[in-house]
Amino acid sequence: MMASAARALLARDLRMLWRRRGDSLQPALFALLVVVLFALALGAEPQALAKVAPAVLWLAVLLAGLLALDTLFRGDAEDGSLEQWMLAPVPLWWLVLVRTFMHWGSSALPLLVATPFLGELLHLPHEQLPVLLASLALGTPLLSLLGAVVAALTVGMRRSGILVALLALPLYVPVLVFGAGSVAAAAQGLDPTGALLLLAAGLVVALVLAPLAAAAAIRIALS
Amino acid sequence: MNGARAFRAATPEQTTAPPLLAVRGLRFARNEQPVFGPLDFAVDAGEALLVQGDNGVGKTTLLRVLAGLLRADKGDIDLDGRRASATLRAHAIAYLGHLPALKADLTALENLRFLCGLHGRRRAQVPETAMAIVGLAGYEDTLARQLSAGQKKRLSLARLWLSPAPLWLLDEPYANLDLEGINLVNRMVQAHLREGGAALLTTHGAYAAPPVRTRMLVMERPA
Repeated sequence: MMASAARALLARDLRMLWRRRGDSLQPALFALLVVVLFALALGAEPQALAKVAPAVLWLAVLLAGLLALDTLFRGDAEDGSLEQWMLAPVPLWWLVLVRTFMHWGSSALPLLVATPFLGELLHLPHEQLPVLLASLALGTPLLSLLGAVVAALTVGMRRSGILVALLALPLYVPVLVFGAGSVAAAAQGLDPTGALLLLAAGLVVALVLAPLAAAAAIRIALS
Repeated sequence: MNGARAFRAATPEQTTAPPLLAVRGLRFARNEQPVFGPLDFAVDAGEALLVQGDNGVGKTTLLRVLAGLLRADKGDIDLDGRRASATLRAHAIAYLGHLPALKADLTALENLRFLCGLHGRRRAQVPETAMAIVGLAGYEDTLARQLSAGQKKRLSLARLWLSPAPLWLLDEPYANLDLEGINLVNRMVQAHLREGGAALLTTHGAYAAPPVRTRMLVMERPA
């Protein structure tokens, strides 16, 4: 039952992503824009660029995810889909988790794949790339899960706009600090394992708690 | 507090089985303001309960409470003799609300397939035949955004038809439907009741009730 519901939801979301592929590409294009603008602005100084490259890439991915956050549950709330989710014989948190996975898959995963190329654009030292990829792979799902809670909290509002970002940012800061920090530590020849393990621990906790919290928030918002 | 009366329009034979839905002392208030209650009524398998009342007396709220979308302040809801829990509700109740829960970017058939994946469906019923039953044959590949309000309602009815739940909660099922559509709702309710199901229908006007064993619940504004 849970597997078939997840399959149905994934198929639905993939279809909708494809039907609105212009909109679906927006977060990735936005991140690309940020990276390119940074590269242009600091282009004359490859040394300076290489220094800030991990932070810029992390910020670009974070902002791209933030851009897609408001649409996470809003459409489903407006057309009554969330009501049917709540009445389905599968737990709401499971559907929230699947939907959040799709958010990650559509906003962060393409950027994760593109990171080596974007890193090249920013003169990212090659030895830092594995650490950056590892921190993004652990950090971006964490960002999506935290974002899902915020999106669920604001789903009852007509237009939440900047509010989502304001609510999400304090939750995002530790992730950004440890994510970008792990690469910075590696750049200084320090061991990045500690920061990465903290990200992994955060991801595990969020995987368990965030869907439950988001589901509870949706129930409150729709009652 | 509230002048809600429940009486039998027809006289059904006494059965020993517990009623499919039994409600005792159900009360709901929004911000300390009583919306309805206390209500007592029961619906047996093979029966329809027509909930009547003016706009704003809480018909929709009652159905949402029964479905579990809202929490009652007081009172018991028993489904098939057992206290209604979230899982029990999910398997026993199919809810047709004001919002169609259709994604505009998906075709009629894709929408139906997704909702079937979410709620499960009856054996020996497939989305294609359900669409033919509700008179939407030939519209399988039409995007939901291009369907009229009445056609969307019919698509929701097809979803209901596929649902394995024995208890239908229909909020204004006749709204937006033409005469033939009203007959369709009545025929579907009739067939559903013949198979041992039950249905709650809200109406505000004098629509042709389905020709089945019907109880009436007339809701009035709290004094």
